[in-house]
Amino acid sequence: MVKEVERAGIPVVHVCTVTPISMTVGANRIVPAIAIPHPLGNPALDPAEEKELRRAIVDKALVALTTEVEDQTIFE
Amino acid sequence: MSKIKVVHYINQFFANIGGEEKADYPAEIRAGEIVGPGLALAQAFGEEAEIVATIICGDSYFNENLEKAKADILAMVKEHNPDVFVAGPAFNAGRYGVACGTIADAVQEELGIPVVTAMYKENPGADMFKQKVYIVPTKNSAAGMRAAVKVLAPLTLKLAKGEKIGSSAEDGYMPNGVRVNFFEDERGSKRAVKMLLKKLAGKEFETEYAMPDFDRVEPNPAVKDITKAKIALVTSGGIVPAGNPDHIESSSASRYGEYDIAGVMDLTADTYETAHGGFDPVYCNEDSDRVLPVDVLRDMEKEGKIGELHHLFYSTTGNGTAVASSKAFAAEFSKKLLADGVDAVILTST
Amino acid sequence: MKLEMGHINITDIKFASESKIEDGVLYVSEEAVKEIVLEDEKLKSVALDIAKPGESTRITPVKDVIEPRVKVEGRGGIFPGVISKVDTVGSGKTYALKGMAVITAGKIVGFQEGIIDMTGPGADYTPFSKLNNLVLVIEPAADIKQHDYEKAVRFAGFRVAAYIGELARELTADETFEYETYTIKEGMEKFPNLPRVAYVQMLQSQGLLHDTYVYGVDAKRTLSTILNPTEVMDGAIVSGNCVSACDKNTTYHHLNNPVIHDMFEQHGKTINFVCQIITNENVYLADKQRSSDWTAKMCKLLDLDGVIVSQEGFGNPDTDLIMNCKKIEAEGVKTVIITDEYAGRDGKSQSLADADPAADAVVTGGNANQVIILPKLDKVIGTMDYVTKIAGASDETLREDGSLEVELQVITGATNETGFNKLSAR
Repeated sequence: MVKEVERAGIPVVHVCTVTPISMTVGANRIVPAIAIPHPLGNPALDPAEEKELRRAIVDKALVALTTEVEDQTIFE
Repeated sequence: MSKIKVVHYINQFFANIGGEEKADYPAEIRAGEIVGPGLALAQAFGEEAEIVATIICGDSYFNENLEKAKADILAMVKEHNPDVFVAGPAFNAGRYGVACGTIADAVQEELGIPVVTAMYKENPGADMFKQKVYIVPTKNSAAGMRAAVKVLAPLTLKLAKGEKIGSSAEDGYMPNGVRVNFFEDERGSKRAVKMLLKKLAGKEFETEYAMPDFDRVEPNPAVKDITKAKIALVTSGGIVPAGNPDHIESSSASRYGEYDIAGVMDLTADTYETAHGGFDPVYCNEDSDRVLPVDVLRDMEKEGKIGELHHLFYSTTGNGTAVASSKAFAAEFSKKLLADGVDAVILTST
Repeated sequence: MKLEMGHINITDIKFASESKIEDGVLYVSEEAVKEIVLEDEKLKSVALDIAKPGESTRITPVKDVIEPRVKVEGRGGIFPGVISKVDTVGSGKTYALKGMAVITAGKIVGFQEGIIDMTGPGADYTPFSKLNNLVLVIEPAADIKQHDYEKAVRFAGFRVAAYIGELARELTADETFEYETYTIKEGMEKFPNLPRVAYVQMLQSQGLLHDTYVYGVDAKRTLSTILNPTEVMDGAIVSGNCVSACDKNTTYHHLNNPVIHDMFEQHGKTINFVCQIITNENVYLADKQRSSDWTAKMCKLLDLDGVIVSQEGFGNPDTDLIMNCKKIEAEGVKTVIITDEYAGRDGKSQSLADADPAADAVVTGGNANQVIILPKLDKVIGTMDYVTKIAGASDETLREDGSLEVELQVITGATNETGFNKLSAR
């Protein structure tokens, strides 16, 4: 789906845990997530901390969207 | 029962007209004649089928007069109205292989007649046409004629009769990217042990699945001013309103959902859940923001960090969903995203 | 380590007042079995049923399939760390009741429980249609959580299988087989010229209904490690997962792992079957990296020449599969990998989510997305309530004439990746 959105001309960032799949399949902007069942969360944290964690990942996603890339890039 | 009618296409060399110097031989039909390799085919067909006509065309003529050659040959084939059309075998002759593939494809497309051809796997015609027409792999020279006919003839008959064609391993054609299930004689573990023994001994073996190549898309330019951008969320994590009103499947999704989050500041256990059956859903169902970060984006919207969170999000289940399906979903909703003036997308996956 | 395996052939199952095995027939006291299941107060009730090959019977939703076994001589008992106490198993003498299985069924826990048809086209795709099955349709107590329900049913299945297996203890086996692997030094001395080969088994370990247990330990908490292949014949590895019914390894698959059997067949002749290596499939990228690093490291340390790697599941575990393959090959150890495919209903989509040129030797269990029509059968053991919700089904599944249009995905064991079946694809 990521490649189709890109093909339509919209910059897109893929937030996912299994970044190797994203790399193999060909996403250009990739942000690593926490875990498969909760990519933007961590139930072990308390809600406030968890939201901060989520915010940090979304922040990185925005950085990815505002950064020019030529090749596939993982924004750690 | 009347015999199956076959029209056979060969080049100037196999028609014994000449070699390179005769490659400009224009297309010619010899009705009622079996020429060159047609004899071997006819023998293999036995009483079941007969070659009612042989079409001969020089390889250079075909490739340099594509439109005319195609048109002329299609007319010839149409006249004889065969049950099946066979081209080649072309072995490793490049122009011949391309000609076989091209004309077979055209006969299939324009006349709706089943077709088959044969050539060496490295013949350029193979990669060009194996997804469109059945191609039987052959050795790289005419020394492989007997072996080629052995596989080509039965496949030709099957196609003529309209019988279901099995997997590439069963019916002997080049794997064409369409996976077909079938039952082997031995169980998978035994096949694996045999394959390993061959690999360890440095012997040739055939993999049951060849690794794919993935195409690439050029990255789009970055968003210039994120504080003014309209951001949309998309997910393969199957986030849906509680109760999954559109019945998005837990696996092999046949559809995607478009959901309105106007006025929604936060996803809660009562309002949203996941339909995705491929991961432990408990954490997501407690708080779907863990997969679709609506809460954080709403905060950012309020703070002016982003221009706006688009009021629609798109969701499907990534679990076992065919690439072609998800491609189609995304192509469709991307049009809407564009029409809605979305500047960028955050796509989350589980 | 050497294990003597005796087969007790079961040709029929009947309900009776007393449980026993006589002349190949298993007689089951419903009362006794119910008591064993309902030992756990999290379970409200259970209904027993019998499904025989060829009957017009559909069993759904299927959770686990288990072969009853009993440790007759030697250390430990069946299902160590789960039913029996923790002790190293895989040696001495064990009996297996062949030709039958215990199946747990009932209201679904998650989306990926399966269907077993005892006749018709569906029967061709599952090995369990050829067995005499004792089915436990279990109902949970009201208000229990998913995790608790799953665990309760899982253990109930093992308890019943152990109880049934115990009935064979004093019998004489119909056939006996011997399996022996050697220590590193012993093996090298005995087979100096044979290629050193191991079986790398990947275990699903991703959470609710996606877990596997090794001597009772949740596989997601393990680091890749070594087993003697005979240990799994005594139930060292049990299933807690349904990753999609078609490629889930039921406990039956673990007990009867065909890679282990087929490697033993060649052991001492064309290969030195050194050991089994198990590795998990976790949901964190770092875990995937750690586990695959560890597996490759062990392959090198053991001086292996080649391995067969079997996957469990699909999707993100395709990355674990490719990581294992790549890294093991990079250590100079040759691999053959066994997987299955999700190539779409038309077979045109790419079969795996990840790929690498190093994976040049692949055996496939078939395309799980292939559509099949399962005719209406006379009897349903369990319930058809979930038939449109399980993975591989959809809203369109139930057709007007009562038949089901589903993908092979819903059939328990259909595309199993330990190479259990003959199904393949090209």
